Amino acid sequence: MARQWGMVIDLDRCTGCEACVVACRAENNIATVGDDQAARGRAIHWLRVERYYEGDFPDVKVKFMPVMCQQCGAAPCEPVCPTFASYHTEEGLNGQIYNRCIGTRYCSNACPYNLRFFNFYNASWDKPLDLQLNPDVSVRGVGVMEKCTFCVQRIKASEIQAEAEKRPLKDGEVRPACVQSCPTRAMVFGDLNDPTSEVARLARSNRATKLLEEVGTLPQVTYLKRDSWNGAENS
Amino acid sequence: MAQKTPEQINDDLLRPLQATSLKYKLILAFFFAIVVAAGLAFAHQIDYGIGVAGIRRPVFWGFYITNFVFWIGLSHAGTLISAILRLCNATWRRPVTRCAEVITVFALSIGATFPVIHLGRPWLAFWLFPYPSERGIWPNVRSPLLWDFFAINTYLLGSVTFLLLPMIPDFALVRDRAMGFRKKIYSALSLGWTGTPKQWHRLETAMHIMAIAVIPVAVSVHSIVSWDFAMAPVPMWHSTIFAPYFVAGAIFSGIAALIIAMALLRKFLHLEEYLLPIHFENLGKLLLVMSLLWFYFVASERLTAWYGNEPSEMTVLLLTQRGSFSPLFWTMVFCNFLIPFPILAIKKFRTITGCVIASIGVVIGMWLERFLIIVPSLSRKYLPYAWVTAPYRPTWVELTITAGTFAAMVMLYMLFSKFIPIISVWELKAGQHPEAEGAVTGHKLPAGSEAGAD
Repeated sequence: MARQWGMVIDLDRCTGCEACVVACRAENNIATVGDDQAARGRAIHWLRVERYYEGDFPDVKVKFMPVMCQQCGAAPCEPVCPTFASYHTEEGLNGQIYNRCIGTRYCSNACPYNLRFFNFYNASWDKPLDLQLNPDVSVRGVGVMEKCTFCVQRIKASEIQAEAEKRPLKDGEVRPACVQSCPTRAMVFGDLNDPTSEVARLARSNRATKLLEEVGTLPQVTYLKRDSWNGAENS
Repeated sequence: MAQKTPEQINDDLLRPLQATSLKYKLILAFFFAIVVAAGLAFAHQIDYGIGVAGIRRPVFWGFYITNFVFWIGLSHAGTLISAILRLCNATWRRPVTRCAEVITVFALSIGATFPVIHLGRPWLAFWLFPYPSERGIWPNVRSPLLWDFFAINTYLLGSVTFLLLPMIPDFALVRDRAMGFRKKIYSALSLGWTGTPKQWHRLETAMHIMAIAVIPVAVSVHSIVSWDFAMAPVPMWHSTIFAPYFVAGAIFSGIAALIIAMALLRKFLHLEEYLLPIHFENLGKLLLVMSLLWFYFVASERLTAWYGNEPSEMTVLLLTQRGSFSPLFWTMVFCNFLIPFPILAIKKFRTITGCVIASIGVVIGMWLERFLIIVPSLSRKYLPYAWVTAPYRPTWVELTITAGTFAAMVMLYMLFSKFIPIISVWELKAGQHPEAEGAVTGHKLPAGSEAGAD
């Protein structure tokens, strides 16, 4: 059976430090668009930490939720793309082929999470960020859509390594940049089709929930949260 | 109208083809300049990137797609209305059909450019064509955008055919009056028409087949345009009512455009004796029916969303009813219902001027309707964290291109009426001499009698 890559994010462990956001930028050659464009809502951030505030000052509670492409099993972005730039891989990822994209932006309108990002201009990096581009990840030109890939370049590298060493891929061997950088280990990545994997075990937790489950997108990302997230004080 | 002789009709309707005034040239140059400006704006957009337009995340569709839906909607004026009137044998239609069909062909051509203009990489638009390529992939037939591609092309092909067929006898008529170079062109266009009974019979049959075939195509086109929205799980888009709602809206705006075009033709080409108040009154009644139908659709769409009280839908609904988009929403209701309804419902106001005022309201209102379908939904899509921070505003590039398409419509219409009789000469004559209809001999229809082009 093909692997089904999935992720579990434990919201009770997340401190909102945004290390994952920085790691994602560095790993995936995400362009910086500048203040002016960012103010227009054109910043690109494949992974964002959503902050929700509850209560009035000084009695404020902040809740953090890292959100990236949910790699939906029934992804609204895929059928609408006229050129198959957005498609489903055998391993459960929502693939995005930049070279096929003609920039209709339909996928992004269809995405209920607004997790697809568009290159309004050609990508550029402020110095010295241009010196740290990752050679394993292609940079995207003007007019194409991009989004979180679950660091597919790392998945492929690990698979090739395991094949070269003639051994099966170990659980936890593949770690996307966000997972690797999380200081509280709030994120876990792995094969959901392997019932013994940590990610599959956590996804069965009774704290498990999915984002916008009612839209019917069948996300591969599971969030874990205690009742405290729903307003109760203790768990 | 007073019965006119075939010669008078020929003279009146062919006059614009034979003389060109300075005023005409100046007006044409003015609109041409706006079209050129739009072309330059598009070139600028290709050069710098689509970022010069005002779209942003998450409002990825703005003026361009609004214009796309608007122009495809306007295109329902012609072919559909003309086909229905032909099949019903409504005799008053005769001077109206061609001006209507021309709107279809031009509005459709203009509308079809927007899916290309709005692309991030418009130079790759041909990837929507199903052709065997070294890339080894076909376009994705699951995508409503591909349905659009086929629907619009089918409708364009059908409309052009539907427009060209009844022009053949008129081309022959112009051919017989033209000299030199023009004669050669019109001879080629008239396809060797000599007006034999056999040719008339074949023309009538072809017209009948096309009139029947083009109606389902027209309905499908705007249904598919609506599915560009309804197929995506976006609040207030994902609705079963969208296809009929869009088709009704399209016919609504189409009739309005037709009334405006007819009034302008009447004034500038001095067709007062051909485009009569009765034509405006009849089209005004049709517009009234569509206005009521439009109101019914809007009410049923909004009422069900309101009672359903689904949070994400309510967010968008209230944004348009009461929020930042409410001025536009109520302007739309005013233009699409509150202006046209009293004007068109009261016989005293259903004059040419009244119909034109109502129609201008409807065209503005229907453009706003398309904008209000697209932008508010994208601005408030599910997760509040991902709502738009800086509201969508069009830039000068979008405004110039939008203005350019309106100018292109006027320019194309002016050019058309310069080269082709805007009122179907032979059909008008057939209506003037009903006994000649059916018994289609050449003598009542002078185009046929002369010049056997062998």
